[in-house]
Amino acid sequence: MKLLSIAIGAILVNNFILSQFLGICPFMGVSKKMDTAVGMGVAVTFVMGVASAVTYAVNLLLIRLGLDYMQTVAYILVIAALVQFIEMFLQKVVPALYSALGIYLPLITTNCAVLGVALQNTQNGYTFIQSVVYGVTGGLGFTLAIILFASVRERLAANSDCPKCFEGFPLALISAGLIALAFMGFQGLRIG
Amino acid sequence: MNIVFAILVLGVMGGVFGLALAVASKVFYVEKDERLEPITEALPGANCGGCGFSGCAAYAQAIIDGTGKIGMCAVGGRAVNDEIAAIMGVESVEMERKVALVKCRGFHATKKGCYDGLMDCEAAAKLAGGGPNNCPYGCLGFGNCVKACPTGAISLKDGVAQVDHEKCVGCMACKNACPRGIIEEVPYKQDIVVACSSKEKGGALRKYCDIGCIGCKLCEKTCEHDAIHVFDNLARIDYSKCISCSACAAKCPRHLIADCNLWNEFNVVEAQAR
Repeated sequence: MKLLSIAIGAILVNNFILSQFLGICPFMGVSKKMDTAVGMGVAVTFVMGVASAVTYAVNLLLIRLGLDYMQTVAYILVIAALVQFIEMFLQKVVPALYSALGIYLPLITTNCAVLGVALQNTQNGYTFIQSVVYGVTGGLGFTLAIILFASVRERLAANSDCPKCFEGFPLALISAGLIALAFMGFQGLRIG
Repeated sequence: MNIVFAILVLGVMGGVFGLALAVASKVFYVEKDERLEPITEALPGANCGGCGFSGCAAYAQAIIDGTGKIGMCAVGGRAVNDEIAAIMGVESVEMERKVALVKCRGFHATKKGCYDGLMDCEAAAKLAGGGPNNCPYGCLGFGNCVKACPTGAISLKDGVAQVDHEKCVGCMACKNACPRGIIEEVPYKQDIVVACSSKEKGGALRKYCDIGCIGCKLCEKTCEHDAIHVFDNLARIDYSKCISCSACAAKCPRHLIADCNLWNEFNVVEAQAR
């Protein structure tokens, strides 16, 4: 039940992009086309899941050494190294997945949603399983948001009936804000 | 003391990760063909997709894998293909310059009514009834190809897309953008073209378009080089046989077959004739 409430919370109620405003850069950057949005979403989900697991272990180490105030710095270090490692690993072992994720994998190093999920796992005192669930579902929430946004942007791009001053990013930012407003509707959702 | 300890621990962590990555880069080393980089650099890097691959890097990889042929890069043209052939150590292939042609001159066609939807070909083509034009094959004229063209070679003239063959690099991005599928690749030196895609029978077509091909086969009978044939009620030119003698153009009762270089003048002449 706790896991379910974590999952629903991460996907809908506290969506990483639309209510916590983490990971906005890729959300705006690669949401022009549906297929790139899907690629980015899958890559983020993957990395957030793995990063949750690894940072959980790192946190245990930090607490033992009495250095838990260094979490942020240590997590940045771990995530950067981890993404590099995953990239090399996939290129050798799963070339198909590597070429499918393409350039999105290295881009994720700088995605603050990944750091966010690691820090929140610690702040919320999640266990290992809960951390991984929060990471993966957080990534799914990211995927949901970016896919919704990409479909809106594709539709907007097809319609040339837009004032010149709003074309491109202004319109994208406004629509992102409107989607975020819509997601505010999930705030009342309570499970368990 | 605390600070020193923290620096030490994080320093060690960083060192360990660095070492792990260094080891991993050896363990997971993937051998790359040394020709890949020069080929990728030789290609224009426009990632237009005209070669049939997703981008220049994918095409370079395909050349090395042997799945892609040399001479597919229309943007780079002869020079680039020679360079790639030199890198691969094979004979360069002669390549013919190809350009895009919009096979419709539908400003002679009628509309079903006033269209007030999205100004987008894709959206209009998906409408029930097949869009705002009476002709189910004709150019919709919302300019998806214009937006797709990387070189600005396509413009809308009287609501129909027209390609400037001088600016066209033959990447065929427009072909992929056209929901009607009426953009065709033709040799640059080909002058005489049939700018219609309608497979409609003559009688039905006459009702909504006063230039479209009615499949009367006069051109087929006129041609001495066996280069133009009618099937599915549409005349099609075999570009490998056509010598652009314009005998068919003279006979065509619809004045549809014409020298595409003269289109602009042709419009004027025709407008005066009316």
